[in-house]
Amino acid sequence: MTEPKKRLVELGQELAKDIEKGKQPKLDVPVRALSNVQYNERTKTLELGKKSAERIFFNVGHVKKFVQTLEVAKVSKQLLDLGKHASLRDVFYMAKRTIPGSNINIVDEQTESDKAIEDLELITEFSREQLNINANKNGSVAGQVIIEDKGDAIDWSKLGSGGWSIPSNVEEIKFKKVSADYVIYMEKAAVWERLHEDKYWDKHKCIILTSQGQTTRGIRRLLQRLNQEHKLPVYVLCDFDAYGFYIYSVLKFGSINLAHISESQAIPSAKFLGITADDIEKYGLSKHLIKMKDVDIARLKQISEYDWFKNNKAWQRQFKLMKQYGAKAEIQALSARGITFISEKYLPEKIKAKDWLD
Amino acid sequence: MAEKPIALKLAEKQREVSVAEFFERNRHLLGFDNKRKALLTVVKEAVDNSLDACEEARILPEISIEIIEMGPDRFRIIVEDNGPGIVRKNIPNVFARLLYGSKFHSMKQSRGQQGIGISAAVLYAQLTTGRPARIKSRIDPNHPAHYFELHLNTQRNEPEILKDEEVQWKKEHGTRIELDIEATYQKGDQSVDAYVKGTAIVNPHATLIYTTPKAEQLIFARAIEKLPKEPQEIKPHPYGVELGIMLKMIKATESRTMQSFLTNEFSRVGPQTAKEICEKAGFACNEKPGNLQLPHVEKLMQAIKDTKIIAPPTDCIVPIGEQLLEKGLKKEVAAEFYATVTRSPEVYRGIPFVIEVGLAYGGQQPGDEPARLMRFANRVPLLYQQSACAATKSVIQTNWKPYGLSQSSGSLPVGPLTVAVHLASVWPPFTSEAKEAIAHYPEIVKEMKLALQECGRQLGSYVNKKRRVGLERERVTIFEKYIPEVADSIASLAGITKSRIQAALAEMLAKNKEFIASNTAKIEADESDEPENKIKMTVKEEE
Repeated sequence: MTEPKKRLVELGQELAKDIEKGKQPKLDVPVRALSNVQYNERTKTLELGKKSAERIFFNVGHVKKFVQTLEVAKVSKQLLDLGKHASLRDVFYMAKRTIPGSNINIVDEQTESDKAIEDLELITEFSREQLNINANKNGSVAGQVIIEDKGDAIDWSKLGSGGWSIPSNVEEIKFKKVSADYVIYMEKAAVWERLHEDKYWDKHKCIILTSQGQTTRGIRRLLQRLNQEHKLPVYVLCDFDAYGFYIYSVLKFGSINLAHISESQAIPSAKFLGITADDIEKYGLSKHLIKMKDVDIARLKQISEYDWFKNNKAWQRQFKLMKQYGAKAEIQALSARGITFISEKYLPEKIKAKDWLD
Repeated sequence: MAEKPIALKLAEKQREVSVAEFFERNRHLLGFDNKRKALLTVVKEAVDNSLDACEEARILPEISIEIIEMGPDRFRIIVEDNGPGIVRKNIPNVFARLLYGSKFHSMKQSRGQQGIGISAAVLYAQLTTGRPARIKSRIDPNHPAHYFELHLNTQRNEPEILKDEEVQWKKEHGTRIELDIEATYQKGDQSVDAYVKGTAIVNPHATLIYTTPKAEQLIFARAIEKLPKEPQEIKPHPYGVELGIMLKMIKATESRTMQSFLTNEFSRVGPQTAKEICEKAGFACNEKPGNLQLPHVEKLMQAIKDTKIIAPPTDCIVPIGEQLLEKGLKKEVAAEFYATVTRSPEVYRGIPFVIEVGLAYGGQQPGDEPARLMRFANRVPLLYQQSACAATKSVIQTNWKPYGLSQSSGSLPVGPLTVAVHLASVWPPFTSEAKEAIAHYPEIVKEMKLALQECGRQLGSYVNKKRRVGLERERVTIFEKYIPEVADSIASLAGITKSRIQAALAEMLAKNKEFIASNTAKIEADESDEPENKIKMTVKEEE
């Protein structure tokens, strides 16, 4: 029996034992909140603290989540028994039903089953991929790299305009040949397409990688493996706004919500390439700014107070400048200087000058 | 123009109209506007008189009401009481002469006021069927019972005696009236049935035996063997007297000086106050009342307004009382929760009054209909003109939502509720002679609202508690629903049979039902920083 499966059986047996003794069934779930996340100065990553919360079946406030967590555990065990993988969406549909004779649904929305799966990871101490649950494919990569995935050799340089789409589980991938000096991860798929069309990765001997918006686990793990196994520096290209900063923060330090898997995700050496406040001055983008809304300002304040940014003078300077502008800037603002400005001037200049934030 | 002035021509047609003739034409003013209402009005006038008479004589009332259907639209009404009876010589005037009565001139709480009611009923019977009123009355076992047949002469407003004889009657004392009228009988909120029921609620000391036209006999037994306290008669309070009445009083008084007039004829006016009023009005204390002219009286009215006079005594009012009103409601309205409030006496226009409110909630009452409003004045149910009544206005203007009922603006609350509002006063202000609705004096509306709110708060805490209990029950149900699901998950993880787990969980739920129901731990938020609510449960002893 595989380890994850053994752990799930144990979980069921522990609960059954308690119930037969007349002890009320409960689960101990580590708290996934800022209050239970610490920044480890030594590893430079986020770590989950020791705070855990009881989730009790006979409690009106807990019962729904309790049932949801066990429901996804059951689904995961079935998947492991069959040796099949399911997506988050699949799991949602496997759990979604109405309890007979009531109007109670086990889950109403996918966010509920997603959260239950994250809780299950914490309870079992196995990642969802190990529990045979995968996220959706999301993201593209291109570069002079050849990999092997399930017996197929794939050349990242010969996949046309779409690039290789990154699966949610990249654990089994083998790197056959990697000829690159660095990796650029960008927040915007549109920017990736620009660089891909301009064959930036070919001209500058690098790998370009994107996912739409917040980075998925598969992409983070892929970046981490390129960084660790091939010693490639990772540069992050994001919007000049609080959300862009947080994408960088997640890549570098780990995320608050998934602090328990920081070890397999975080890239402490990642650098923030842009857009910075200095870029706005240097490249004359001040006419292409977007006014900040109240939520932007609130989010900026939150981020500036995170332990891992609090004592970073360079970053605090960026936050301060953004507050002074009262405005944010998108990567695409660079297009105002010409459609190929980013690939021909901005990126080469910045990388050459090592003009980034740590 | 050779013609004589029109006024002379008109003058030929002008002559006195007798009160009786006036009411013959305007019978709607007395509550005889339609056949259905006529039945109610006749019963009501007779029963009100009987109750007043019994209470005045300190006799526990026992009244029988019988309605017999004689033919299409024709009914015989027989009302018999165990009251003090009426002396022979007064019988014709009491029953067959309008505006003859003992109550008009007294400031005392009673059901009747003007002495119109029963004679109007007799007149109505005469007009619609031509049959005389049949009266039987006896004042004590040593006197014979007298039997009269009476008509009312409408031109002269005088009784016409058709028969006057001594008869045998096994009753020791009491009065019985029998009238044949044109009417229709219909059940519902404005029926005789509703009137009798309402009367039973606010007169828990009376026994009513009611035989309906369908020959069903309903007995409303008394809930208490004690008469209400006897209301005291009071003199008018100066603030409540209008110019016309003041003129009449001055003309009629036997007092020789204004000071003694004021002290003798009014309540709460002592020699000092009288002196102050005289001074302010600009005449001497020993001024003869007879010397006063209209301008002086106008000054007198102003002087009264400007003088501080303490409020009238309130012992003249006899409210039902919170306990008895509750008893009355419990007796006639099947509900699960009752609340009653009797307010302290207040004064409108110099006339004291007391407001009482009773609520009956739940039971078999429909929950999706507007609340039933029962209005009472001096222990008499008011069945018509609901929308014109101060009580209705007060109920509508009270916000019932905090008390757990739904209510759209400008209407009665919706819910399984009966609201009883009672006004007790020496002179309840009605909007019309038919005594169907209470006039909107701000003082009265204010008191009603305060009483409603007071009762409403009691109701609110009951309704909320009930809702809480309902929620607790719902909570237990949630677990009942979830148990098979969670048992299935655990069984499939552990690779054991589901039934054992399910049974063990069900047992646990049954044992700890109360605890689980009362456990109101709040829904935990995933990203919340607060420690979760820890709960403890009784645990089976370890084997």
